[in-house]
Amino acid sequence: MPQLTTNRFADRALDLVHSALNSRLAAALTYPHGVDRYVEQFAPTFALREVRAEVIATRHQTADSVTLTLRPNRNWQGFAAGQYVRLTVEINGVRRTRCYSPANSVHAKDGLIELTVKAHGDGFVSKHLKLDLRVGTTVFLSQAEGQFALPEQRPDRILLISGGSGITPVMSMLRTLCDEGHKGKITFLHYSNAASDQIYLDELAMINAQFLNVELLRAYNEDQSGELQGLFSREQLIKAVPDYADAQAFLCGPPGMMKVVQKVWADEGLSDQLHLEHFTAAPVVIDSANAEGEVRFIRSERLAKNSGATLLDQAEAAGLKPESGCRMGICKACTCIKTAGKVRDTRTGEISDAGEAEIQICVSVPVGTVTLDI
Amino acid sequence: MSTFSKLTPEQFQQIGAEFDAIRNRVRADLGERDATYIRTLIKRQRQLEIGGRIMLMIPPAWPLGVAALGVSKILDNMEIGHNVMHGQYDFMGDAALNSQKFDWDSADTAKNWKLTHNYEHHTYTNVLNKDHDIGYGLLRMSEEQKWEPRFLANVPLTVILHTFFQHFVAVQNLKVEDVLIYKTKTKAQLKEDFKPVWQKMRKQLAKDYVFFPLLGGPMAPFVFVGNVAANLMRNVWACAVIFNGHFPEEVEQFPESVIENETRGQWYVRQLLGSANFSGGKLMHIMSGNLSFQIEHHLFPDLPAHRYAEISPEVRAICEKFGLPYNTGSFMRQTLSTWKRIVKLSFPSRTPAVRPLVTVDAVNDAAPAYKLAA
Repeated sequence: MPQLTTNRFADRALDLVHSALNSRLAAALTYPHGVDRYVEQFAPTFALREVRAEVIATRHQTADSVTLTLRPNRNWQGFAAGQYVRLTVEINGVRRTRCYSPANSVHAKDGLIELTVKAHGDGFVSKHLKLDLRVGTTVFLSQAEGQFALPEQRPDRILLISGGSGITPVMSMLRTLCDEGHKGKITFLHYSNAASDQIYLDELAMINAQFLNVELLRAYNEDQSGELQGLFSREQLIKAVPDYADAQAFLCGPPGMMKVVQKVWADEGLSDQLHLEHFTAAPVVIDSANAEGEVRFIRSERLAKNSGATLLDQAEAAGLKPESGCRMGICKACTCIKTAGKVRDTRTGEISDAGEAEIQICVSVPVGTVTLDI
Repeated sequence: MSTFSKLTPEQFQQIGAEFDAIRNRVRADLGERDATYIRTLIKRQRQLEIGGRIMLMIPPAWPLGVAALGVSKILDNMEIGHNVMHGQYDFMGDAALNSQKFDWDSADTAKNWKLTHNYEHHTYTNVLNKDHDIGYGLLRMSEEQKWEPRFLANVPLTVILHTFFQHFVAVQNLKVEDVLIYKTKTKAQLKEDFKPVWQKMRKQLAKDYVFFPLLGGPMAPFVFVGNVAANLMRNVWACAVIFNGHFPEEVEQFPESVIENETRGQWYVRQLLGSANFSGGKLMHIMSGNLSFQIEHHLFPDLPAHRYAEISPEVRAICEKFGLPYNTGSFMRQTLSTWKRIVKLSFPSRTPAVRPLVTVDAVNDAAPAYKLAA
């Protein structure tokens, strides 16, 4: 098989190149910028440690979704079915990060990652991915993260429950189990608005037809073409999946639906059999219980009531000594990472989004609870 | 008499509002154009650097190699390093272009640079005893600096400063003159402060004068000398550009009292009076890191520098409207004017060095003799 030999030779050569670039000499020669800053000029997805990927295909399964196929560089360590990655893309010169769960089987031989993204009406990043992301673009990824995953020891009876685009992590679970020839019974309960906007519709039908141990139950809000009718309820569950208490259940969907499902399991004392992933567009969710306004300094583990002053002043009032300089937004000595919460720029009045960002604390005032890495 | 004393508080406020308006407008417009600009520039810089280093090993191409490496070091330090470390590209959220993470191809540590330059020099521009760039502790650059016999060497010391500029800048934050001349700092403290500087310095020296020459094999001496020449080229050019920005004869220096209760508008005007531009084509602007627009840079140090050319007509119009000077001229004119000052200040001034300092309020009430430089 000459093809295989060539590949193996190429792999060996790539390994050698990689270890040469990873050497101390290479670091010394490229100081202080580092090897990546040179090689990326010629090979945009190259990095010594960082995970980067090339978008090699985009597919539009439904009118408001896009399925991306990514080819990660060699730093990608794979994932467990159900986990998510933080995807960073550049939009109009600014990098934005969102979390998405790969939907492919962990056993996919091509090593590619498949992400399906639903474009929300006000989803800045998702709309960009749907409308403007071009094949060939380099994107940035974290390693896979999250506790929501199939256990190493696959449970015998499995119940997958998803709503809307929350289907992606459970789709990965289903595909993975099918690839493994899982023998136990799998019930896939999926809720969405209509058959026309359900992603993975055809593939689910195929799996359902091919694997006798897989039972597919769909419920559409707007049409009657599914196996079930209406929204999730305890009555519906008891009728459709009578043995649900014997199963390990994996749940991902919009917050309202998840709450109802969680309550059913909790009421019967089955919560430890329900595994779930909160499905939100932004990577960081503000804890609404503390929305009245606190400043949290996580590194120094201090908490202060929001006094309305700049974050630099509040940090100092809390007895902290963050780096600072001009105190007027010029020198950037005070720049630090806001891990969550919104801030207002005292110069422009502009209010930031709630995600992680670098801010100049001398000209930032918290809007509600803010968490800083100080 | 300084223009400062002719303005009313209302005018200062108006000036502040007009400059803020420019700043906010440009900030709101930041995006892909700026990202593309800086990335393209970095690509060219990397190409010049790699090409230059290869040519240093090929004797017939040696002079070209020196030129390419010298230009690449100039771009690295000025249009890229200086501007990135000002936070001009922080908005992109790209770790490689982040002011807190970036480091440059210079003996100076990024941390020390941000302290002496971004904070001290940019906040206290041309304020005596606050802005160390007035003479770098080595030269007499203002009438208000008390004359000492060592300043008879102003001219040769300026030549030395140009020659070894990166190393002088590297130790600028150590305030060596406080140890050697004023005895306000201990040798032990100096030694402690020098540690991180030496960490950086020796890596720079090892790269240029050990590793790359060794890589050149029999061409080692050519490579070594080529690096000396390229570093010299960068040192002299960077120093000359910086001197032209603050030391032509008409540029003003200020007493410390000026910063007490200084308003935003007064701060803007001080930046304006303390800086000077020089004219040139696009290449000249890029090669000087757009410090040919030193005035615009001091008004808006964190706006991407390639925007200065666009906003300079507006800045000029504001100057005209309020009767403020806008100091500009050819590179040659500004250089000659700067050297005239250096020669003149080698000798004791005829006017007494210590004058009663006036407060800003007094200045606003049209107090005389605010201007310190002759």
